[in-house]
Amino acid sequence: MTDANMSKSGAVPVPRKSLLQPDARTKRRNSAEARFRAYGLAAVGIGVLALVMLLVSIVGTGSGAFKQTYLTIPVHLNEAKLDKKGDRELANLKKVTTIGYAGVLKTSLNDFLAQEGIEIDGLSDKDAGKIISKEAAATVRNAVLADPDLIGTTQDFTLLANGRIDGYYKGRVTMDSAELDGNVTPEQLMLADALKERGLLKTKFNWAFLIAPDASDQRPEAAGLGVAILGSIYMMLTVLILAPVIGVAASIYLEEFAPKNRWTDIIEVNISNLAAVPSIVFGILGLAIFINFAGMRASAPIVGGLVLTLMTLPTIIIATRAALKAVPPSIRDAGLGLGASKMQSVMHHVLPLAAPGILTGTIIGLAQALGETAPLLLIGMVAFVREYPAAWSPESGLFGEPSTALPVQVFNWTQRADPAFVERASGAIIVLLIFLVAMNAVAVMLRRRFERRW
Amino acid sequence: MSLIKLSASALAIAAVSATAASARDQVQVAGSSTVLPYAAIVAEAFGENFDFPTPVVESGGSSAGLKRFCEGVGESTIDVANASRKIKDSEIKACAENGVTDIMEVRIGYDGIVFASDINGNGFEYTPSDWFLALSDKIVVDGQIVANPNKTWADVNPDLPAQNIQAFVPGTKHGTREVFEDKVILKGCEDTGAFEAFLAVAQGDSDKAKKKAAEKACISLRTDGTSVDIDGDYTETLARIESNKDGIGVFGLAFYENNTDKLQVATMSGVAPSTESIASGEYPVSRPLYFYVKSAHLGEVPGLQEYAEFFVSDDMAGPDGPLAEYGLVSDPELEQTQAAVEGGNAM
Repeated sequence: MTDANMSKSGAVPVPRKSLLQPDARTKRRNSAEARFRAYGLAAVGIGVLALVMLLVSIVGTGSGAFKQTYLTIPVHLNEAKLDKKGDRELANLKKVTTIGYAGVLKTSLNDFLAQEGIEIDGLSDKDAGKIISKEAAATVRNAVLADPDLIGTTQDFTLLANGRIDGYYKGRVTMDSAELDGNVTPEQLMLADALKERGLLKTKFNWAFLIAPDASDQRPEAAGLGVAILGSIYMMLTVLILAPVIGVAASIYLEEFAPKNRWTDIIEVNISNLAAVPSIVFGILGLAIFINFAGMRASAPIVGGLVLTLMTLPTIIIATRAALKAVPPSIRDAGLGLGASKMQSVMHHVLPLAAPGILTGTIIGLAQALGETAPLLLIGMVAFVREYPAAWSPESGLFGEPSTALPVQVFNWTQRADPAFVERASGAIIVLLIFLVAMNAVAVMLRRRFERRW
Repeated sequence: MSLIKLSASALAIAAVSATAASARDQVQVAGSSTVLPYAAIVAEAFGENFDFPTPVVESGGSSAGLKRFCEGVGESTIDVANASRKIKDSEIKACAENGVTDIMEVRIGYDGIVFASDINGNGFEYTPSDWFLALSDKIVVDGQIVANPNKTWADVNPDLPAQNIQAFVPGTKHGTREVFEDKVILKGCEDTGAFEAFLAVAQGDSDKAKKKAAEKACISLRTDGTSVDIDGDYTETLARIESNKDGIGVFGLAFYENNTDKLQVATMSGVAPSTESIASGEYPVSRPLYFYVKSAHLGEVPGLQEYAEFFVSDDMAGPDGPLAEYGLVSDPELEQTQAAVEGGNAM
């Protein structure tokens, strides 16, 4: 039946309408669509707002970590204190501890203040000395041990200022809070201001934050990410070498060679399940297998790398299999038709065409592994480590020296008592985010450049 | 098969490099999160001043640390366990079963547990009885054991301000909780006479079992939200107080001393907590801190003996040392400890 027939039989007369004047039903449909769009926009808005809030709060608290206050003062390296025997023998010089050097620094600072005519009412010599970081004594001691001839001379040293003084110039500490704070007095802040006026106290870009190792709770100003970044790099190298090799081999076998039967189905389902297993489970596995059974060392990046490899494998296998599946069968058929063996057709034709997809999957897996914290908690990577781990050493083997990792350093710092560590933790998050964004950018770039569509 | 060969060789390299590990050259420490900052300060100074590498210090809690400590002797086990309580007999037994027989116990000093609230809020002067009456699940009113009816601190003790009771106490996995229960809640329970009332109705076969049941009744805290267990660190407790101005938190003295611009501390039985009042024993809520050294490792791991000696040296743990500055109450009997560590005296 046609429309014409229907209108002739005319059971229901269809009202004539203008297309320009929407009827009630069209209006309803239109407004439903408008509402739906508004909901979508609101959803996007909430997402963007959350991201902006996250970034603002992290950058707001963390940007301070990239700046640090330094103090430049002449230090008189008193021979009577630092080399009692006067023979510059290294073994004897080493006997003077940083506690001795802290005393020398305090005296030098107070002498210098007297000489410059800086006087603050109610400020004791001991409190004045406290505006210098505890790390400074180690800086001076290392300089003296490296060059014992410095003893007896007066040298200008650029030293870290105490964390509270640093906080004063970042707005974390104020005169009012200093009144109540047990670790800093308003007089010390006035002294810092006086030194700043004379250009002796400067806030500079904080390279040490990226290079220096962690520091104890008493010197947040000295804490850096050096060991954590190194540890993360070692772990990522381990993952980068192992995960793609194992993952690609497994997926090529499953996708191209394996017979389709119950067993391969079970393996397939299990790989998908493994991808959804909480990461802490891999930590427990790593603790049981690598540390308790294989006797590898806790806190070693190689163990972390192996655990993260296990964790990344399912992601890489799934991505690789998708990439292999996306290569049209005609490519395989053409290869086989020209007399290539199955392996030749896979290696020479399918794999190169699937490579961009595999690489993207690998990088996303790596980025996921880089930000992973939970499994590392169980294998002892949440530790206070100050020695830079060597990539190889005869005692500990490859990547065997203890280290931490970026995300666990964040976790570690958020638990410290000193409020300066909050800023450090946010700074570490910024560094971590920069790494992640860079890795994801590489993944996007690879996809854009090499991805082929059929 | 180049891929498979490559992966096999990569795995082999990894495995060989791991097993090729021979003598460890740095001291490994794990245990109590309360002792962690002190151990980190000592480790840092140790690395600066000695030719040994800086020890690696892990946290994880006293029990977890001692468990790892007792796993056995050798390379992949830790050398030192930090603990905010004394090692238990069961743990010594577990150690012995795994071949860890010679354990050196070192007391580094004392830690005070303080009660602090928001700096801009009311000040408090507590007694243990106040805390028992405020937080215990059941209290005794007119000779009857009833569910705790107190809503404000003024209900508990008319001398206290009429502020809602809201306490943030450490979770049960913390060593601090045990001290809080023993020295505050249980003490308050005994002081108010509630202990006898609980004992009178306690079930049990023997006097000992009855006493235990009564103690358990004393220390079971309210579950109506007035007492909140904090399983995280003191930073979490501080964040809770900042968002809830009525909150009173339980902190370590060291944490409070690093946050005096945000917190005000309450007195206990009329004594304000300070390193002095804790050292003299006037302030009642404190506990000793320890670390345990595996004697079998002393000659094997370079720097272990030196680390232990350096930890308790006057430069570190003495009353003017950096540990005391951070909040440790130094041990009046430090000299004996130093002598014991030097002699390597096992328990």
